[in-house]
Amino acid sequence: MAEATEFTLRLRRYDPESGDAAYWDEHTIELEPHRSVLEGILQAKARFDGSIGIRCSCRAAICGSCGVRVNGQPGLACHTHLDAALASSRDGVIEVEPMGNMPVIKDLIVDMDAVHWKKIARVTPWLINKEPIPEREYIVDREAMVDVTQSMACIQCGACVSDCLSMEVDPLFVGPAASAKAYRFVGDPRDDQQRERLTDLAQDPHGIYTCTHCFKCIDACPKGVAPMSQIMRLRRRAGSDHHIDDRNNGHRHEASFVTLIKGYGLLHEAELLPRSYGGDSWFGKFHPKAGKVLMSSLPAITKAVMRGKVKPKTALLGHKIPKDDLKSVQRIYDKVAARDQRLELNLYITGYDEDVDGAGTAPAAATSGAAQTGADSGQPGQSPEGSPSR
Amino acid sequence: MPAHDVLIIGAGLAGQRAALAAADAGATVAIMSKVHPVRSHSVAAAGGINAAINVADDWRSHAYDTVKGSDFLGDQDAIEVMCSEAPGEVMHLEHIGVTFHRNESGELDLRAFGGASAKRTAYVADITGQAILHVLYEQLMKYSDRVDRYEEWFTTSLVLDDSGACVGVVARDIRTGAMETFSAKNVILASGGAGQCFKPTTNGLICTGDGIAQAYAAGAPLMDMEMIQYHPTCLVENGFLITEGARGEGAHLLNADGERFMEKYAPNKMELASRDVVSRAEQTEINEGRGVGPGGVGIYLDVTVVPRKRTLEALREIVNIGKDFAGVDITREPIMIRPGQHYIMGGVKTDIDGKTPLDGLYAAGEVACVSVHGGNRLGANSLLDTLIFGRRAGEHAAARATDMRMPTATTSVQRDDEKMIASIIDRPREGRRISEIKDELGTVMNRHVAVFREEAGLQQAHEVVRRLKEESKTAYVDDRGTIFNQDVLGAVELGYMLECAEAIVVAAIERKESRGAQFRTDYPERNDDEWLKHIDINRNGDDVPQVSYSEVTFTQWQPEERKY
Ligand SMILES: Cc1cc2nc3c(=O)[nH]c(=O)nc-3n(C[C@H](O)[C@H](O)[C@H](O)COP(=O)(O)OP(=O)(O)OC[C@H]3O[C@@H](n4cnc5c(N)ncnc54)[C@H](O)[C@@H]3O)c2cc1C
Ligand code: SF4
Ligand code: SF4
Ligand code: FES
Repeated sequence: MAEATEFTLRLRRYDPESGDAAYWDEHTIELEPHRSVLEGILQAKARFDGSIGIRCSCRAAICGSCGVRVNGQPGLACHTHLDAALASSRDGVIEVEPMGNMPVIKDLIVDMDAVHWKKIARVTPWLINKEPIPEREYIVDREAMVDVTQSMACIQCGACVSDCLSMEVDPLFVGPAASAKAYRFVGDPRDDQQRERLTDLAQDPHGIYTCTHCFKCIDACPKGVAPMSQIMRLRRRAGSDHHIDDRNNGHRHEASFVTLIKGYGLLHEAELLPRSYGGDSWFGKFHPKAGKVLMSSLPAITKAVMRGKVKPKTALLGHKIPKDDLKSVQRIYDKVAARDQRLELNLYITGYDEDVDGAGTAPAAATSGAAQTGADSGQPGQSPEGSPSR
Repeated sequence: MPAHDVLIIGAGLAGQRAALAAADAGATVAIMSKVHPVRSHSVAAAGGINAAINVADDWRSHAYDTVKGSDFLGDQDAIEVMCSEAPGEVMHLEHIGVTFHRNESGELDLRAFGGASAKRTAYVADITGQAILHVLYEQLMKYSDRVDRYEEWFTTSLVLDDSGACVGVVARDIRTGAMETFSAKNVILASGGAGQCFKPTTNGLICTGDGIAQAYAAGAPLMDMEMIQYHPTCLVENGFLITEGARGEGAHLLNADGERFMEKYAPNKMELASRDVVSRAEQTEINEGRGVGPGGVGIYLDVTVVPRKRTLEALREIVNIGKDFAGVDITREPIMIRPGQHYIMGGVKTDIDGKTPLDGLYAAGEVACVSVHGGNRLGANSLLDTLIFGRRAGEHAAARATDMRMPTATTSVQRDDEKMIASIIDRPREGRRISEIKDELGTVMNRHVAVFREEAGLQQAHEVVRRLKEESKTAYVDDRGTIFNQDVLGAVELGYMLECAEAIVVAAIERKESRGAQFRTDYPERNDDEWLKHIDINRNGDDVPQVSYSEVTFTQWQPEERKY
């Protein structure tokens, strides 16, 4: 066992009763390097200052109490090793702050009811049973249950909410954790209202199409829930399975993306906008909706051209890539389309990345997740668990 | 003043189940918890929940295993209720949305657990407690207009009327520091265990025995308090639990000689003998110099014998715990474990409807002692206990409320509690720190009131606890605020822990035999002639608690020698 070492913690303190602004408070603690930041804070609390406020109970990343930011990164204090935190610190001092996107109550304690739980309540977070309810258990696919277990693994810690980029811009955005909760029902074969749930979340202007794929929630999540992947899966079910043509142009936007890249090998920005609004074909731009959005986007487009961000030629004709490259891109499309079972983005039961290939050969494993690398979506960062070093 | 037919203290599995059942029965209900409900320690339960749902299984077999596991101290009427109602309860959980693991035909899958004669543990990977707790909370959100939730409210006292019946509680809104009196026709205590009396423990920091101490202070008897479960597989590093599910999936226990030593102690059930048996075997190996690791204080748990894919699918949480908290990849190498404090079989004495001897006061879950676990709880029987008796208490309390008038709880208790809290905050910085006292308590309990016990050590522990009780009266806190003053609540919790600890030690001194979790090296045999009875502990002002006895209920199974 490693020896106890000194670490300095810089804690963001805020005393709502003092009338003073938030301030930094430093304490030096002594613990083995693989102990957690939470244990460090608890030592500071026990030895020096019992008034340091932080919610915690399990110390083992299961109760979801201790969401904070360590050196600016959202996560659990009990799931971040001191040595890793030291390594990621700016100046050799481990900085701990309350989570973002939620009001601070005191020190490291934020008001989760005001944001997180409100959003959870927004997604009708209970099972609406398929009737008739059987006498014994519902007989359902083994994989389906394992699949939703990934979202069930969410401990409602709020780390993903803390730094969600879209939520910063649009506080009404339903957000990563609540979306994962929604998937838990949409993916549950016992639920009777999957289409209704999807319609609701697709039509909501602050719903699933608001996410900008910034990956922050995947990085933040200590339990491998991968909220962004759950959002992608909700979109896929809404658009591809239920053909929900949402008023946010979300599904059309995605479909246009897919066709454009298939056709051009790279994104054709000029086509994307009109197609997203007018419909996913070359004729999309003649749809009245497309004309309207093009007109309203004109100032932004002009600016982009003036600043040299877009060249008029590529803007009009699209990017050109060599023929062979284009063929390779199209082969990826063919390969994906040829699978009888689609690739799901569930990594809950897949194990580690290194196992992906071996396990992926079994057909059942495809749905239970073993072959679900980020490859089909080009998503990095999908290690099943955020390691405590994050 | 808020007033409800049924007021539930605690929002773990027992409390939430009670709330839903009472609401279904038509009562007005409130549920109160010092942490957000999903932070309750039920969330940590990993392995699963027992029920004889397989058509080839029989609840009587489950009941017999439970009786035998309890070392014949469990009350058999209660055990029959629990085991016969178990399949229905698990189906109910399935219907409200728990994502139980399935077998290839889509039915509930079952895994093996310790002390069980059949595979009968339903599970959700190794997050069973979490999955059930979160699904119950989904239902509570659904019941928002029927169940009032007081989240992050800390109950400080029960309120009794002149006749001694419980008619409400006093609580503090942690977020504002405001104190309030709640009236209720019935109060159900579901405030969990007291593991923090020990250090280390698998229990969360919130498991401080509040409800046990509050009921005890109000005059309710405690029962089986000496029965403290040490779980066989806790990380040497920090006491975290490795679920019994690991051994259920086939993992081995090895000593320093690489020997599967359980052959010597339980040749038939091996690693899956009762927890008390396995913990003692491990401790014996360690004491006799066959432990592993620095100081020889550990035992190897070898999960590598379980197919890797299965481990990753069904034991995922402990793969992470091994990786994150011990730096070991359990799919590739053995991990060092040892017995650690885990569960308290004893608690507030209740009947099979959760009723305590105090009118209007119920208890369910780990805070209670029905007693279904007797001298030793079987793995995966506790979740079942919380749900069955939580539901029964909720239903019974709702029924009792129908022909009752709403009482008005006196506010004098609130004034006393307000003064008590103010006086803690005002204490000069002269005494000891709360954290020091807590540390010393945990350490002494873990040294003398653990797997092996004997008179002198127990007496010494008792002396220390008495001294700490005195010292706690002048222990000071740093936080003088009202908003989220966790510091002062920590001092209140310390008071509860000391009361629980004393009851535990006194009962352990009293029982002069070895049964279940109580192993006295000075009385190494089970002695049915003298000790086949429960020990009840009653509070006696500030003096040493009073001891009395009650009968064990037998229905179908007579005591016999216990072999695994
Ligand atoms: C690591 C671990 C793993 C386990 N695994 C299993 C398993 O696989 N199978 C099994 O059957 N059992 C298992 N157990 C045991 C089981 O989890 C617990 O015994 C059970 O969950 C207790 O539930 P409860 O509802 O009684 O209490 P808890 O879940 O502990 O809830 C107590 C509630 O009371 C509230 N409370 C406490 N004091 C106050 C107060 N003063 N004011 C207001 N509210 C208060 C708390 O906030 C909380 O809501 C495990 C236990 C641990 C520690
Ligand atoms: S990926 Fe989407 S949901 Fe996740 S943090 Fe970014 S914007 Fe938010
Ligand atoms: S999805 Fe992950 S980060 Fe977000 S609340 Fe759930 S467990 Fe926390
Ligand atoms: S203390 Fe429970 S998640 Fe960190």
